[in-house]
Amino acid sequence: MQEKDRLIIEQIPRLRRYARALTGNANAAEDLVQDCLERSWNKFHLWQRGSNMRAWMFTIMHNIHVNQVRKAISRPTVVSLAEWTDDRGVKPVQEKRVEVRNVGAALELLPEEQRAVVLLIGLEELSYLEVAKVLDIPIGTVMSRLSRGRERLRQMLSDVGVEPKETVTET
Amino acid sequence: MTQTPITDIDLHAYVDGQVDATRRAEIEAHLAANQAAAATVREYRRLNRRLHEEFDDVLNEPVPHAMIRVSRRQPFDVIRRIAAVLVLVVVGGAGGWVLNDLSAAQGDPVAAAFPERAGIVHAIYSAERRHAVEVASDERPHLVAWLTNRLGTDVKLPDLTEAGFQLVGGRLLPGESKPAAHFLYEDVEGRRVTLYMRHGDTGRGDTRFSFADENGVGVYYWINGQTGYALAASLEREDLLKVAKIVYHQLGG
Repeated sequence: MQEKDRLIIEQIPRLRRYARALTGNANAAEDLVQDCLERSWNKFHLWQRGSNMRAWMFTIMHNIHVNQVRKAISRPTVVSLAEWTDDRGVKPVQEKRVEVRNVGAALELLPEEQRAVVLLIGLEELSYLEVAKVLDIPIGTVMSRLSRGRERLRQMLSDVGVEPKETVTET
Repeated sequence: MTQTPITDIDLHAYVDGQVDATRRAEIEAHLAANQAAAATVREYRRLNRRLHEEFDDVLNEPVPHAMIRVSRRQPFDVIRRIAAVLVLVVVGGAGGWVLNDLSAAQGDPVAAAFPERAGIVHAIYSAERRHAVEVASDERPHLVAWLTNRLGTDVKLPDLTEAGFQLVGGRLLPGESKPAAHFLYEDVEGRRVTLYMRHGDTGRGDTRFSFADENGVGVYYWINGQTGYALAASLEREDLLKVAKIVYHQLGG
């Protein structure tokens, strides 16, 4: 085992946790982690010694994931993101109530971009600045996505029920 | 003194530990006077807790072998290993420790992989502070019975109190062709030691008490008949040797 191996291997449990939460699917998560590990091994020379290895690997994973989501959306057989989220947003109240008792199900109802921010901060405990770097967005956007994502989760998981889906436009 | 008003963003940042001490004090004063804000903070905290409750178990799942790629040894590593063995012979010679690190490992891929695998197990499972084991030490009898059953041999847990280490817990992991056992010990300073054990899955045969340097993780290991033990940690070499000797004496070489 070389240093490179050790630095990468140490991150595997966290990468798996994040991938599971992000994709909501064990198989998809394992594939995502595997791709991320491959790329990390191949691009290790680009990692800046002394910088945060975890954040670097999360960045790689995020880029892979975004590309996969984009590909899935651009496939003609798949409904557009707007339709998909709308469809999910208007499920009968009864069914939805049952679903959202579970944090995982509630996460799936969040827009992708909010879910990533909520998880990187709430679960993976990255700093706002690290999340801004991982997702390549301004820190103000990190905070607004966090605020909206967390508020929606809170509403979904509270006994009050679910409020109508808000628009995804962003400041 | 004028103070910036406390916004919802501040409440998030407070929950996530992203504010400096001055701002934290201002926010706490605000929370003390504002019940609605305090309730929101509790909700956000609860949300973070629920995320951990939902997903932290993933940290405990054994990592599939397919995910672990290890670079091939560079010629430099071999030289370093020889140097390491020479040092050990000098240091350990007085204690009567016989070492045959390179000879035993080379030519038998499974035996060669054994100390490296122990180093990998240590790297993967000791990094996480909160969730490092599957079965915790308060279920010690269950842990021993379960792993004895799965490994097909008597599993004994060494008592490392005299070296200052206490059992945190253990887990079952995939070995080469059979399951392997992993135990984690910790001292009061939070230093961690991995005990890795395999049975009937260690390669060709006996390996005397040996040392391998797995790049920042030191591994003492020995294989006695069917059973292989490895003790791995990022400790000073002599500290690890002390612990390894205790394990060796208690479990038998």
